[in-house]
Amino acid sequence: MNKELIQLIDISKSFDGQMVLDELNLNIHENEFVTLLGPSGCGKTTTLRILGGFTNPDKGRVVFDGQDITNIPPNKRQLNTVFQKYALFTHMTIAENIAFGLKIKKKSKSYIDDKIRYALKLVNLEGYENRMPDSLSGGQQQRIAIARAIVNEPKVLLLDEPLGALDLKLRQEMQYELIRMKNELGITFVYVTHDQEEALTMSDTVVVMNQGYIQQIGSPESIYNEPENAFVADFIGDSNIIPATMIEDKLVNILGTRFACVDTGFGCNRPVDVVIRPEDVILVEPSEGMIQGVVTHLIFKGVHYEMEVQACGFEWLVQSTTLFPVGKEVGIQVDPFNIQIMNKPESEDEEAVTLDI
Amino acid sequence: MKSVLKKIYIALIILFLYAPIGTLIVLSFNASKTRAKWGGFTFRWYISLFQNEEILRALFNTLAIAFLSSFAATVIGTVACIAMMAMKRRTKSILMGITNIPMLNADIVTGISLMLLYISLGIRFGIGTILLSHITFNIPYVILSVMPRVRQLNVSTYEAALDLGASHINAFFKVMFPDLLPGILSGFLMAFTMSLDDFIITHFTKGVGVDTLSTKIYTEIKKGIKPEMYALSALIFITVLTLLVLINLSPTDKNKRRSE
Amino acid sequence: MTSKSKWLSAPYLLWSAVFIIIPLGMVFFYGLTDKTGAFTLDNILAITTAGHAKSLRLALLLSLASTIVCFLLAYPLAMILANMKVKRHNFIILIFILPMWMNFLLRTLAWQTLLEKNGVINHVLSFFHLPALKIINTPAAIILGMVYNFLPFMILPLYNALAKIDTNVINAAHDLGANHFYTFIRIILPLSIPGIISGITMVFIPALTTFVISSLLGGGKLLLIGDVIEQEFTRISNWHLGSGLSMVLMIFILINMVLSSIFDKEGEGSML
Repeated sequence: MNKELIQLIDISKSFDGQMVLDELNLNIHENEFVTLLGPSGCGKTTTLRILGGFTNPDKGRVVFDGQDITNIPPNKRQLNTVFQKYALFTHMTIAENIAFGLKIKKKSKSYIDDKIRYALKLVNLEGYENRMPDSLSGGQQQRIAIARAIVNEPKVLLLDEPLGALDLKLRQEMQYELIRMKNELGITFVYVTHDQEEALTMSDTVVVMNQGYIQQIGSPESIYNEPENAFVADFIGDSNIIPATMIEDKLVNILGTRFACVDTGFGCNRPVDVVIRPEDVILVEPSEGMIQGVVTHLIFKGVHYEMEVQACGFEWLVQSTTLFPVGKEVGIQVDPFNIQIMNKPESEDEEAVTLDI
Repeated sequence: MKSVLKKIYIALIILFLYAPIGTLIVLSFNASKTRAKWGGFTFRWYISLFQNEEILRALFNTLAIAFLSSFAATVIGTVACIAMMAMKRRTKSILMGITNIPMLNADIVTGISLMLLYISLGIRFGIGTILLSHITFNIPYVILSVMPRVRQLNVSTYEAALDLGASHINAFFKVMFPDLLPGILSGFLMAFTMSLDDFIITHFTKGVGVDTLSTKIYTEIKKGIKPEMYALSALIFITVLTLLVLINLSPTDKNKRRSE
Repeated sequence: MTSKSKWLSAPYLLWSAVFIIIPLGMVFFYGLTDKTGAFTLDNILAITTAGHAKSLRLALLLSLASTIVCFLLAYPLAMILANMKVKRHNFIILIFILPMWMNFLLRTLAWQTLLEKNGVINHVLSFFHLPALKIINTPAAIILGMVYNFLPFMILPLYNALAKIDTNVINAAHDLGANHFYTFIRIILPLSIPGIISGITMVFIPALTTFVISSLLGGGKLLLIGDVIEQEFTRISNWHLGSGLSMVLMIFILINMVLSSIFDKEGEGSML
C-alpha cells in the first residue's frame, strides 16, 4: 500500500439536529481509487464535501499530507472536485472553463494553452475549445468538468456521483475512461456513488457507508465475497441472507441442516447470519442435495437463469446456467468456502461498525 | 458577526419599504386633520369612512375593476399560453415580444395610446374603458407567470388522459389545469395587485365623475387628503397582510408533512 | 397537441392587435401629424426646445441616479436573500410586493410627512443631535421617491437570477482556487446579468416617464418629461405634441428593449 495521503479523524457532522456522520475515521492513500458507496443519505457526499472544504465538520480533523486542513478554505486546498451535474460555468467557453483555475494561479498564456490542449486530449474532446458548455451533451460536459479539475494538477480528485446523470451505455464507457485517466495521471481519486457496479468496477478500495457509519472497507473482491454484515451483503449484489446458528468452528446449522464452512472464531451455538451469493447455490437432483426444495419462479436473464427455490421455509435466490423448470423438486448444495458467516447485530447501533483499513 | 450585519441590512431595506405604510397607519388614527400635526388618538376616521359615499364608491370601483380585469386577463392569458405551446418557435417569440410591450413600455405611453384609441373609436369614457385598459396591462403578468408552468407541463400526462378515454376538455381540466394552477393563481394575484395599484393608466382612460381610489386620491392631493383615505388604506393593507400570513402559514405545513 | 389548439390564441391575438398595436399606431399617427392632419416632424423636434430638453435632461438624470441607487441597494440584498436558500421562495417575493397593496400615491405622500422640515425623520435626527435632513422639494427627494417606488422591481429580478445559480457552480469556482471577490466578479456577476438587465429596465423606464412622484415630492416646480406629456394631454389638450414627445420617450424604451434582448435571450431575468 502506498503512503497515507488523507486522514479523516473522528469526523462528526449533523444538519438540523440530524446526525449525518458519527465519528468517522478514514485513511486514503496516494494513488488510490477510493469509492464511497452507500444509499442516499448515508453521509458519503457529506464526507466528500468535508474533504473538499465546502462543509465544515462539527467535530474531528482532516489531515492532508501530514497537515491539518480542517479550517482551510476550498480555494487553498490541493484537491479539486468534479461536481454532480458538472457545475460548468455556462457563460464561459470550454477553454475559459478549463483555464479558470490556471488564470487564478497566474500561469503564462502558453502554459495555459498547453494545459488546455493536454486536458482536452486526455478527455477525448480535442477541438472543443471555443464551444459553450450548453452545446455539449451530458457526457461531454462531464469530461469538461474533469478536464477543468485536473489541469490544476491536484493530488486528489474528488468526484461526486459524476456519472449519475448519464445513461447506462455512456456510464459504462466512462467507467473505463475514468480508470484510464486515473492511471495516466497517477493521482488519488475519491469517488462517491450509490451504484455498486460502478464501485466494484473501478475502485482499489470500496468504503461502504450507511447512516453515517462506515460499514466495511476493503477491496471490491473482499467486499463482495466477504461482506461483514447483512447491510453490506444486501447492498452489494444479490444475496441470500439466512439466519443460522454457529455450532462450532467451521460448522454451521442453516435451517436445520448442518453445513461445513471455513469461518472460525464465532463461538459455539451462537446465532449468526450467513450470506450465500445466488451464483454459489448449486442446484442438483433432490437425492444429491443437502436440503431439498421446489422451484417456484424462473426468469431468463441472458447470461444465466434466475430461479427462486422454496426450501426449509426460506426462499432461495439461485442463479444458474442450467434450467430447472418451475415445480421441479431440486436439491441444494453449497461449497463450504461460499458460506460467509456474519455476526448477527444485537441492536441497531451494533449494525453499524466503524473500521479502519 | 457577518450574519448579524446581513440581517440588519435586510431589516433596513424592509424598514425603508414599510416606513411610509407605518406612517399612513399612524395618520389614520390622528385626530388632527393635517398630516403635519399629531392631534391625539381617534377612531373617528374609521367611522366616518363608512359614511363617505364617494370613497366607498371609489373603493367599490377599484375592487370591481381589479377583480374583473384580472379574471378576464387570467382567462385570456392562460388560453393564450396553452395555444402558444403548439406554436412554432418563431411565432411564439413574436407573440411573446408583443406580450412584453405593455410590460416594457412606459405606463404613460400605454395610457395615452389607449386614450387615443377610445377617442377615435368613439367609446365613452367610464368604467368600461378603465376595465379594457386594465385587462390589457394585466394579460402580460398572467402570461409571464403561467408560461413557465406550461413549459414544464408533461404532454404525455395529457395524452395518457386521452388514452384512458377522457375528452379533450376533460383531460385539460383534470390533468393539465391542476399543474398550471399555481402559475394561474400567482398570475391572477399579480394582475390584481397591479390593477389595484395602477394610477397612471387609469388617469388617462377614466371618464369624468368615475373614480378609482388612485384617481380619487390624486384629485384629493390638491385639496388635501381626507383622513378617511388613510383609514381605508390601513384597513386594506391590514386585511391583505392577515390573509397573506394565513395563506403562507397553511401550505408550508402541508409541504413539511409531505417532505417528511 | 392538435392544430386546432392554435385557434385558442385568437382571443389574445385580437386583443393585442386592438389594444396594444393599434393604440401604439395612433400615438405614431398623432405624433407625426399636425392639427390639420398633415405630416410633420415638429412634434418630435419640439423636444429640442429649451423647456422640453431641460425636463428630458432632468428626467434622464434623476432616473439614471435612482436606477443606480436601486441597483446598489438591491444587489447586496438579493445576494443575501439568495444565499439564505429559503425554501419559501414565494414568501420573499410577497414581502416586496405587499407594499403595493397600499396605494402608491398615498405611500409617496407619506414620504412628505416623513421628510418635511418638522417631519418624523428630522424629529428622530434631532433626538440624536444630528443635522436635519433638508431634501423635501429637491431633486434628491424625487430620487428617493423613485427609489422607494421601484426598488422592488430591481430586487425581484436580481433575486430570481441569483437564486437560480447552482451552489455547486460557486463551489466549483472556490474549488479551482478563486477567492470570494474573484468568484463574484467572474462567476456570480456575469451569471446574474439577465436579472440586472431586467431590473434596470423595470426601474429606469418607469422612473424616466413618471409624472406623479415629481409633483408630490419635488414641490411641483421641477418638471420631468412625464409631467410635460401629461399636461399636454390632460390640460393643454395638444395630443399631437404629447404624442410626439411620447415617441421620443419610446426611443429610450426601444434602446432598452434591444439591450435586454441582447443580454437576456431566454427571458431568464423575469420578475416572477
